[in-house]
Amino acid sequence: MVQYNFKKITVVPNGKDFIDIILSRTQRQTPTVVHKGYAISRLRQFYMRKVKYTQQNFHEKLSTIIEEFPRLDDIHPFYGDLLHVSYNKDHYKLALGQINTARNLISKIAKDYVRMLKYGDSLYRCKSLKVAALGRMCTVIKRIGPSLAYLEQIRQHMARLPSIDPNTRTILICGYPNVGKSSFINKITRADVEVQPYAFTTKSLFVGHTDYKYLRYQVIDTPGILDRPFEDRNIIEMCSITALAHLRAAVLFFLDISGSCGYSIAQQAALFHSIKSLFMNKPLIIVCNKIDLLPLDGISEEEKKLVAEMKAEAMKTVLGLEGEPSDDEGVLLTMSTLTEDGVIAVKNAACERLLNQRVELKMKSKKINDCLNRFHVAMPKPRDQKERPPCIPPAVLEARAKQAAEKEKRTLERDLENDNGGAGVYSASLKKHYILANDEWKEDIMPEILDGHNVYDFIDPDILLKLEELEQEEGLRQEEEDDDFEMDGKELTPEEQEALAEIRKKKSLLIQQHRIKKSTAESRSTVPRKFDKDRKFTSERMGRHLSSLGLDPTSAINRARSRSRGRKRERSSDRGDNDGDVMDMDVDQPNKKLRMRSRSLSMSRSRSRSRPPGEVVPGEGFKDSAQKVKALKIAKKSVKKRNKDARRGEADRVIPNLKPKHLFSGKRSSGKTDRR
Amino acid sequence: MRLEKCWFCSSTVYPGHGIQFVRNDAKIFRFCRSKCHKNFKMKRNPRKVKWTKAYRRLHGKDMTQDSTFEFERKRNRPERYDRNLAENTLKAIKKIDKVRVDREARHHASRMKGKKAKEHREAEKELVQSIHMVKAPAVLQHEPSLTLPKIKVKVSQQQSEETRAMEE
Repeated sequence: MVQYNFKKITVVPNGKDFIDIILSRTQRQTPTVVHKGYAISRLRQFYMRKVKYTQQNFHEKLSTIIEEFPRLDDIHPFYGDLLHVSYNKDHYKLALGQINTARNLISKIAKDYVRMLKYGDSLYRCKSLKVAALGRMCTVIKRIGPSLAYLEQIRQHMARLPSIDPNTRTILICGYPNVGKSSFINKITRADVEVQPYAFTTKSLFVGHTDYKYLRYQVIDTPGILDRPFEDRNIIEMCSITALAHLRAAVLFFLDISGSCGYSIAQQAALFHSIKSLFMNKPLIIVCNKIDLLPLDGISEEEKKLVAEMKAEAMKTVLGLEGEPSDDEGVLLTMSTLTEDGVIAVKNAACERLLNQRVELKMKSKKINDCLNRFHVAMPKPRDQKERPPCIPPAVLEARAKQAAEKEKRTLERDLENDNGGAGVYSASLKKHYILANDEWKEDIMPEILDGHNVYDFIDPDILLKLEELEQEEGLRQEEEDDDFEMDGKELTPEEQEALAEIRKKKSLLIQQHRIKKSTAESRSTVPRKFDKDRKFTSERMGRHLSSLGLDPTSAINRARSRSRGRKRERSSDRGDNDGDVMDMDVDQPNKKLRMRSRSLSMSRSRSRSRPPGEVVPGEGFKDSAQKVKALKIAKKSVKKRNKDARRGEADRVIPNLKPKHLFSGKRSSGKTDRR
Repeated sequence: MRLEKCWFCSSTVYPGHGIQFVRNDAKIFRFCRSKCHKNFKMKRNPRKVKWTKAYRRLHGKDMTQDSTFEFERKRNRPERYDRNLAENTLKAIKKIDKVRVDREARHHASRMKGKKAKEHREAEKELVQSIHMVKAPAVLQHEPSLTLPKIKVKVSQQQSEETRAMEE
């Protein structure tokens, strides 16, 4: 079955755009460069190509337009009429005809000019011929500009038409404006039609789909129809009339009992009678809507009569189709879309009636023979006349009845919410339906975290037992532990501890000092002790240090002081210092003069004199002069051979590091760096 | 809400703290603070990083196996709420905690057991070896006790005596 898809029609450009498109395409797709000096045939060919190319493009595009727009006679009369209602059929045909003539005209123009170009004798002439040809084609298009615009509008409208399949099961809803047709369709399908209190809210047809007995039904919502003579109807009403006329569908005529639509039942009945001719051969159901405002029995007598009349009419359609009087209930139904009371019943009735009618028709047509061959319903042959109805145990029947009763009177969560303040105020208690061992526990809040542990990790039905075991274990261990004690018999006495502390302090001081010295050794120059500007090496300090060690410092101090004084002082004191704990001197000095000299030299630093080579200087470490002389001799001997051979010796210049890094690193402003 | 363990240092991550990293193989790494997170990104092995619980357990500094640890297991099936059970569980948690803390203290004590003796020995040795730093050997011969010597003479006094002599 062809789906009438008008969405696939290409866009119709308006006149100016059309010209622009074609001309720019010609310019891009054909060669553009031509010179006066070319051969004449080449010039002619160049311009002929352009003219022909333009004509071809126009032809193509106009042909697509003509082909894609549907011919109103070929499509289903429903669509044909629908289009006719909105856009006049004749205008449509005329527009398309104009496009056709334009196409032919352009072809003729191109033919003429190409013929003339064959005899063009100069570039200029050929060029002007081409310009004229293109110009005329464009004028033709300009003239059909309004038709193009019109067709574009139609195309847009057609694309927005609802995709109604005229051949499938359809339910049509009609009636006065504001009776509740759109609300009904919103309720039974997923369509979202606008519902508003003013008339003619629905301005065109809307389609929704619903299911019944595993079959899909189209439900079409129409705009309201007023009771007017046919000629006075406006476009919107004509839409619904068209639908009624052409679609083979079940018709639901909506009646507003309460009159809140603004029209009385009498008016609605009048409308019914005026369009009842359209209900021929269609299953008709009269639906009384808005019974929540006014029940069916609440209307007056005359109105009841009118309704009965309508019902009679409807019955006629039923009778006409099936030839048997069906029940009245199928023809006149009540419902309310607000309370959703009876909506499903109406839908089911409509679907059922339509289905039956269609099946009937199919049975009567020739196609059924093809279908009948394909399926076969097997019925078991009755063995005897005994009735065998389905067996339902009484308990199930009771349960069903109870359920039905319960459903009627149980309070829904929704009602509860509404009672307690609505959606934003009331929040449902989710714990209500918990199944617990004891119902008192329903509202309890269980702690999840305790002291840095997850409580849920500890839950165990046997936790008490295990805890007992644990505590027993603990108890046993405790008893064992009490016997174990540290032996602390040996300990240092307080004085010893003092001494230890002192030792440790000294050690750490030494380490600190060493660290300081170490870190600054490279940048700091080592100053000999005699230039002591901080006065760290005083005899007082030495004395304090010695006394802290437990020694008597007096003699040491005296000696230190005496040694640092001048000659005069020393003479008086040196005799006293001769014995005692002074460092040993060289006793066997043969010469008195030497002795005096050596003493004064060694004890005072006031004068510096050159010494004879064999003289022993106390700090050097020689026992006596002979030893020193011998040592000197040995030293000279060891060097003699080397010197004689003129070899490099200790005093000769040595470069320990041929390429010290500090001389060779760094950048140079100019020159190489492979040597410095 | 659940308290998780930090993957790196094994401390608890409270809600609102830390970062969770999900790797492409869907393994989740939770970190308690950026310190752990940064260490993880540097691909450091927590078993080699001194201050983590993993290291401490591996090197025997903290208790590894104990029955108190078996009480706390991640249970994937939720139990139906039972008020008595909940009460008992809460009380039990406290007791288990106490027991665990006691046991950890005991473990620590047993670890530190030989320390006093060792320290004593070291102190004695140091005293004997380094007593010369605070007591002159000559003095030590007279008094062989390993204590500080008595300070013999105050140096400042002697100086004042001398000046007095000079003046005279």
